[in-house]
Amino acid sequence: MTSEAIQERLKTIVKPYINNQENFEKLSKESDFINDLEINSANLVDIVLDVEDEFDIRIENDDMEKMTKVEATVEVIQKKLSQK
Amino acid sequence: MEKRRVVITGMGIVAPNATGLSQFEQAIKAGKSGIEFHQQLKDLNFSCQIGGMPKVTQEVLDNNFTALEQRGLLASGLIYGGIAGQEAWKDAQLEIGDELDTDTGIIFGTGVLGVEKLREAFHKIDDKQVRRLGSTSVLQTMASGISAFLCGKLGCGNQVTSNSSACTTGTEALLMGHERIQYGKAKRMLVGSCSDSGPYVWGGFDALRILPYQYNDTPELASQPMSESASGFVPSSGAGALMLESLESALERGANIYAEVLGGHVNSGGQREQGSMTAPNSTAVKSCISQALIDAEVNSEEIDLINGHLTATAMDATEIKNWSQALRLSGKEFPYINSLKSHVGHALAAAGSLELVSSVLEIKNGFMFPNLNCETIHPDIVKLIDEEKIPRELIEKKINLLAKASFGFGDVNACVILKSYTNE
Repeated sequence: MTSEAIQERLKTIVKPYINNQENFEKLSKESDFINDLEINSANLVDIVLDVEDEFDIRIENDDMEKMTKVEATVEVIQKKLSQK
Repeated sequence: MEKRRVVITGMGIVAPNATGLSQFEQAIKAGKSGIEFHQQLKDLNFSCQIGGMPKVTQEVLDNNFTALEQRGLLASGLIYGGIAGQEAWKDAQLEIGDELDTDTGIIFGTGVLGVEKLREAFHKIDDKQVRRLGSTSVLQTMASGISAFLCGKLGCGNQVTSNSSACTTGTEALLMGHERIQYGKAKRMLVGSCSDSGPYVWGGFDALRILPYQYNDTPELASQPMSESASGFVPSSGAGALMLESLESALERGANIYAEVLGGHVNSGGQREQGSMTAPNSTAVKSCISQALIDAEVNSEEIDLINGHLTATAMDATEIKNWSQALRLSGKEFPYINSLKSHVGHALAAAGSLELVSSVLEIKNGFMFPNLNCETIHPDIVKLIDEEKIPRELIEKKINLLAKASFGFGDVNACVILKSYTNE
């Protein structure tokens, strides 16, 4: 799966959690979940669970810690998909 | 130090027979039962397959919980309390702003919160899936989840806590909030209580064999406080909320005043004398009522109406005897008395607050709701008080002073005296 396709699906996943609509609409690789999209930090675990369900992968704690921005998250997903 | 006067300026309710204040008033006036048969209880081999579960429409849910807050939301008590608490806030015509409101606090109690969510969590943990619990497991299952949730919605910066004292929880919460305002520590306190619904809350009571099992085909007839054929309390659930406010603050902002909280008392029977985990010590019950009258500075003859605890067990006659002895009134001198449990069953930790909301509506709008399922009053009760003091039909009448008491599992008591508010 291309990183663009993953990012598009990730955008749908994070939508219910965002608190900054403007930054969400111009979501890019550089977008930071907490600082730009103003997602409550507790909800990051929910996003990880939703990502696991959407892509049928399992994300361990060390990978989860990296998932604070769109680009890093897409990379983790891509890596997990390639290991399947 | 002079104590401040405390009034009620807003209310909210989620009851088995109605959700929302105006619907609830209509329901209790009409004697509408909220008790229904539940297939789930039958499937689980419960003896008592009936109970009271509030109906919450998606629209009401959407008005009180964001789409995100609704994800994985299984704590029914949190749903009921969240709705009732926010209704009371809006009813008091208070704004929700970005500023912290340090003048307002919350005391919102419960027995156990989110048992459905706990059940889900236990299964996941046992399946070695603890990592998949999600972010709201803690909020939904901690006892103070309800006060924490309302705090975030409303921005309250005074004391925010949850009390827990079984069936007295709601009445106790009101008295705790009352005291805080009396002593000038807060201007407003949102008080109330909630209780989850369903088999995982009610199971323990079914196991105690204290629930009526003969009415699975006729659920509306099951809850019979003060009746000769009373055969146990009907398990129920819901939430009630009241906005307490110093009279000064209420007048300052021109708030609608429902009633005044004159005073009250809480105590325990220590599970001594006749008292036990499940039965009240009558000495302590009578003392609680007498002390409440002293605190409120009223004479027993002035009480127009009692909203009893009256769960529909053999203890109802004992309760009436305790009231009669504490007030030193009997026969035709005894005040009117009613029990909301004949309409909605026993909502456990939510009972006190549901019943307080019904009491305040009676004071504000001058009526006494009917006692249902009480065609033949228990002979031990008839010996103590005149039958006419137990209204079986709606009576329109001005209520000036009302006594509300709750007596709880563990031998704990609470009694509060409410008064109609006149501009004086």
